[in-house]
Amino acid sequence: MTTLAVALEHRSSARILTYAVPIALALLLVPLVFEQYHTILLTYGLVMAIAALGFNLLLGYTGLLSFGHSAYFGTGAYVVALMVKYLGVRSMELHLVGAIIGSVIVTGLFGVVCVRYTRIFFGILTLALSQVLWSLAFKFFWVTGGTDGLRVPTPTLLGVVTGQDDKTAFLAHAYYYYVLVIFFAAVTVLWVIVNSPFGKALQAIRDNEVRAEFVGIQIWPYRWVAFLVSGVFTGLAGALWVPLNGLTTPDVLYWPFSGEIVFMTVLGGFRSFGGPIVGAVIFNYLKTYAVGLTVYWQLFLGVVLVVLVLSLPTGIVGTAERLLARARRRG
Amino acid sequence: MDLPIIPLLNALLYASVLFLIAGGLSLIYGVMRIVNLAHGNLYAFGAYVTAWSVGAVASGAPTAVLYLLLPAGALAAAALGALLEPTLLRPFYKRAEEYQLLVTFGLLMILEDVMRLLWGPYPLSASALWEQMGSVTIQGNLYPNYNLLVIAVGATAAVFLWAFIYKTRFGVVLRATAQNMRMASALGVNINRIYIEAFTLGCLMAGLAGAIIVPSQSAVLGMGVDALVLSFIVVVIGGLGSLEGALVGALIVGVVREVGITWFPEIELAVLYLMAAIVLLVRPAGLFGRP
Amino acid sequence: MSLLETKDLVKSFGDTHAVDHVDFTVGDAEVLALIGSNGAGKTTLVNLISGLLRPDGGQIHFQGRDVTHQSVNDRIRAGIARSFQLVNLFDQLTSLDNIALSIFARSGKTRKLLALAERDRAVWQEALEILHLFGLEAKATIPAGAISQGERKLLDVAVAYALRPRLLFLDEPTSGVSTREKAPIMDTITSVVRRERISAAIIEHDMDVVFSYSDRIVAMHQGAILADGTPEEIRRHELVTLNLLGASPA
Repeated sequence: MTTLAVALEHRSSARILTYAVPIALALLLVPLVFEQYHTILLTYGLVMAIAALGFNLLLGYTGLLSFGHSAYFGTGAYVVALMVKYLGVRSMELHLVGAIIGSVIVTGLFGVVCVRYTRIFFGILTLALSQVLWSLAFKFFWVTGGTDGLRVPTPTLLGVVTGQDDKTAFLAHAYYYYVLVIFFAAVTVLWVIVNSPFGKALQAIRDNEVRAEFVGIQIWPYRWVAFLVSGVFTGLAGALWVPLNGLTTPDVLYWPFSGEIVFMTVLGGFRSFGGPIVGAVIFNYLKTYAVGLTVYWQLFLGVVLVVLVLSLPTGIVGTAERLLARARRRG
Repeated sequence: MDLPIIPLLNALLYASVLFLIAGGLSLIYGVMRIVNLAHGNLYAFGAYVTAWSVGAVASGAPTAVLYLLLPAGALAAAALGALLEPTLLRPFYKRAEEYQLLVTFGLLMILEDVMRLLWGPYPLSASALWEQMGSVTIQGNLYPNYNLLVIAVGATAAVFLWAFIYKTRFGVVLRATAQNMRMASALGVNINRIYIEAFTLGCLMAGLAGAIIVPSQSAVLGMGVDALVLSFIVVVIGGLGSLEGALVGALIVGVVREVGITWFPEIELAVLYLMAAIVLLVRPAGLFGRP
Repeated sequence: MSLLETKDLVKSFGDTHAVDHVDFTVGDAEVLALIGSNGAGKTTLVNLISGLLRPDGGQIHFQGRDVTHQSVNDRIRAGIARSFQLVNLFDQLTSLDNIALSIFARSGKTRKLLALAERDRAVWQEALEILHLFGLEAKATIPAGAISQGERKLLDVAVAYALRPRLLFLDEPTSGVSTREKAPIMDTITSVVRRERISAAIIEHDMDVVFSYSDRIVAMHQGAILADGTPEEIRRHELVTLNLLGASPA
């Protein structure tokens, strides 16, 4: 008789630590080894990784493809900018709290409308709603600064560290570690969620909606919660992004930005947990170097996306896993 | 009190263009069960091609020739569609829906930059055509005759489509495939051909919308996504897969937008969304849609 | 009072009365077969009772309570579960996962976001036991999409069983399965069901299966109940033999 131990062994969570720990250690050492420029670049990558992880809770685990995640990223970013402009708040912690609250509201509202619907409708609805937000950022330019956006000075971390003296050093050291800690926390929380009974229910809904209902899982409340969590993580990323960029403009609400989030997740592989992280970091480097080479960045993205979907649908991580499995079988 | 003829005409103008775009989207969905996220960009493509051909030929050419160039955009969009369906879309019919959405989204990004590549980041206009037609006086105000032409084209297209779909043999085959693809295939219908023809027709409609509107408003980057979002509102209200729904939805959106602009110009788009959201909550399949 | 009672249940699709004023009952701890030609209304009746469809008229009472307008979820909580004619499983998940999901859902644990599923040993233990009951424990770690058709049919029933229902609807549990596999499958199902004193209503076309395993047979024809009785009574029933059994009784 199959024992429980045997049945569960191949999925033990402890195994993930074997490669998570070395990677975490490596990340801790980055500012000590690399130049400031590269550290800051990686910080961008980590921030986008949080956004992509949030996005993938919906895509990879719930089966909902959102083309409007820029709305939540932008919400986080604008909440921070507006808190600075109108409330004079400089504390990063308060910024994060504000961003989370803002994201909960926007995501909760949008989610109520979107999650009742099937894939196509869901996709376009999310796109459409993000466009509404984008157009509002323009229309109310006296609040949001319109196309010029809002300048945001560096915040204070933990009430102590500020970027007043040397902004670059601040970003490459203190802020990098700040983001890194939040990144680790985000990864852990999301990993637990994905492996929780709730996460299993989401995957059931993804795989077979009818059967999930007949097993006693109510479809749209679960989807709504997934949507909410997804949006909040993306909003959190938006808030973390602001000090790096120093400026919050409507671009961060515009649909091509949603497209980038989709792209980096598909690039990394949306059927694995770590795929979005890998995709986000790689994409960030890709963008930094490619934007210098061509104006037709979107063309490049579009072509690569099509090629990815045609030939490498499981993305980098998925393909790597497959190759590794094949090598193991032969070796 | 005077009948608000000019606002009504504006609403009809908007509705004509929206009907063509949304109708194309709905037609493609009805027959093929796919939603092309790049559909709006085919409308944009039609606008750009027409504006460019008018501009390229413009100086010295008699106006009659310029008018003949109007459909250039429609034909270009149709050709593009005929090229895209077998190459980019057909590999995905059997795969999970996410992949279809991803590939058409990739196409959206590609087309957007292709238009930028071909025609630059600045708006392209064909206003000569619009100006040439002059204006008529309605209720003491001047109203462009060109707008009346657009409304006429929209109405004609609606009638023509209706006849095409309900009165021709091709239309019968199209409807049969829409209702039951496997059965149609078993009865000997060449599904691949029907698909490419339906897709081309849908793209033709979108391109035509772009072509006829471009004289009165320029072709700009980003117009494709805006059109996609608006036509989505139309199909939400009218129901995806129904041409009548696209017509009714377009008319409703046209009227509401006109009313909205007069009273709440700031939140015009939001009013439309509110309406779409209400319809979605009450009748998820839209007024004419198949659930 | 019966476990389940429908009164005057009606469901129409256009002009067709798929279910035409049906009074259908299921008693406690009873194994019942629902027979009838295609289109007789059996699946529609099950769909109405399990909540997939809403009736156009009539009522459904379960354990004395009116469930006619209750959601699928409420009916499952009340104790009605079902399997599907076209096997409906989570193909990417293992057999063990499929059962565990029912248990997590049943106990409301699927609301837990911040707890690791694999830590809940009780759930996994129970899931393994259920797999064992249905003879599927060897396939515990195999994805449901990769096991044989007969095993999938059993797993489908097991997933419904894991909800610990009082009334189980099985829609053609042996369809698509080879003849020699049918008996073992039905043996397994009926032994589990009888031991737990669960009532089962089984839609079946295979008359051997029907007559071998059921306490009671309900025959439907064109949306209405034609006959209702023990296998012996049904065998001798004129209208049933005429419409359903083909040949005259031996």
